[in-house]
Amino acid sequence: MIEFAFMQRALAAAVLVGVVCGALGFFVVLRRLAFIGVGISHSAIGGVAIGVVAGVSPLLTAAVFAIAVALGIAAVGRRSALSEDAVIGVFFSGSMALGVVLFSLQRGYQQDLFGYLFGDVLAISGRELATLAAATALVLIALAFAFRRLFFIAFDEEIAQAYGQPVGLLNTALLVLLALTIVIGVRLVGAILVEALLVIPAACAALWASGWRAQLVLATGLGAASGVLGLALAYWLNLAAGASIVLVSAGLFFASLALRRGGPA
Amino acid sequence: MSGDPVVRLAGVSVERQGRRVLEDISFSLDAGHFLGVVGPNGAGKTTLLRAMLGLVPIAAGRIEVFGRPPGGASPEVGYVPQRHAVAASFPATVRDVVMMGRLRRLGWLERPRAADRESVARSLARVGMQDRAERPIGRLSGGEQRRVMLAQALCASQRLLVLDEPTIGLDLPAEQAFYALLRSLKEELGLTVIAVSHDLVALAAEADELVCINRSMHVHGNPEDVVHSHALREAYSCEFNFLAGEIAHHERIGRER
Repeated sequence: MIEFAFMQRALAAAVLVGVVCGALGFFVVLRRLAFIGVGISHSAIGGVAIGVVAGVSPLLTAAVFAIAVALGIAAVGRRSALSEDAVIGVFFSGSMALGVVLFSLQRGYQQDLFGYLFGDVLAISGRELATLAAATALVLIALAFAFRRLFFIAFDEEIAQAYGQPVGLLNTALLVLLALTIVIGVRLVGAILVEALLVIPAACAALWASGWRAQLVLATGLGAASGVLGLALAYWLNLAAGASIVLVSAGLFFASLALRRGGPA
Repeated sequence: MSGDPVVRLAGVSVERQGRRVLEDISFSLDAGHFLGVVGPNGAGKTTLLRAMLGLVPIAAGRIEVFGRPPGGASPEVGYVPQRHAVAASFPATVRDVVMMGRLRRLGWLERPRAADRESVARSLARVGMQDRAERPIGRLSGGEQRRVMLAQALCASQRLLVLDEPTIGLDLPAEQAFYALLRSLKEELGLTVIAVSHDLVALAAEADELVCINRSMHVHGNPEDVVHSHALREAYSCEFNFLAGEIAHHERIGRER
């Protein structure tokens, strides 16, 4: 399997995406951002479609669009009387519909759309892998930089604000990192399933460990392991790569649930 | 400067959604004193604390904390807000939570130093939680979590503590233990304390001064005078009588324990 260059690139991408999704997923689970993540990931389709129509890098436009949607959800949620889930529902369905409409104007409609919806990691090029690695490094460095303060806000936002932490700025930064991570993951498992990589490894880690250090290490490890095992499964059984990765991740979660019914020690 | 009040409010008003929720609040608090803030539900007690911390803007008047406008940049204030119990699954130890109180002294690229770790250890020892430092915060009892939050606030400041309903949800023995701890910390460190509580009797027994508000100032003075004042009854819009010697009875129980 690993003698093939395309599999080497795919495995490298799977490890990178698994690590960054595991790391950011720690905060997604801790701060209950899963549904916002779903909204942003589905909105990425709209961003990809804009890139395809405009003839620029679809993942670049997806990143810009996803960030705009993330900030828009936060802003509209703050200013309106609507519940957060209603606001998310509006943004993600509207964005995804925009994407489908724009794609319908292009030739090769189903091929391109399918790849962005469900992932196309086996076709990742060396250049794309380098870009993915750079984006992953950027997100991880930013997360490391702000981790203690983000963790403080997760514990008690009011105390953090009273002690001079820039809560608004950090919450915005977290949403931007979430949007970037989602776009990083779209190439691996697609917009429909990328949320799973943000939630499942971190949720699994929370079943095994009670402290943040252990949960972070486990979440990133489980994310990477899901990617590698899922790709291996897809290779040997000729299955869809992205979905196989998510299935392995889900399998690890349910196995953990069965083994750790009492939660972490 | 040493004789200046620690906290000074002059004509402070706060608005929320176009409506005045605090009107013309004025008082000052000297160093080493314990001020209790009481009033009925919706009186604006928590809003008053949050204004003193710079968490809500004021529509009129002036607030000074250690001679400066309030705001998070000053490492002079420790804060324990009203809160429900920490989620059982929150992935932090007692030590992690207390260390958060040191965060504003650290730069973005700095890790906690030996001085920060020593401060955490001292604060935990002061509240009697040193043996639970490695326990997950979510597995402590309500009273223990409240002590940990006090330790976090002490790590943030040993000059002024601001406490919002610090004993809510605690049973009587835990409440008395908390106030006894606060009393000893105040004596040891010369703390200035501001506490909001709906428990008028308990706060009257502990505080050096009471201020009663219900959107506006109703009365400010020593606890004995305040609890027997007509202004207090006006603020609460009800008549009630404290049994003779009840506050003394509360103190006696505290000493016996």
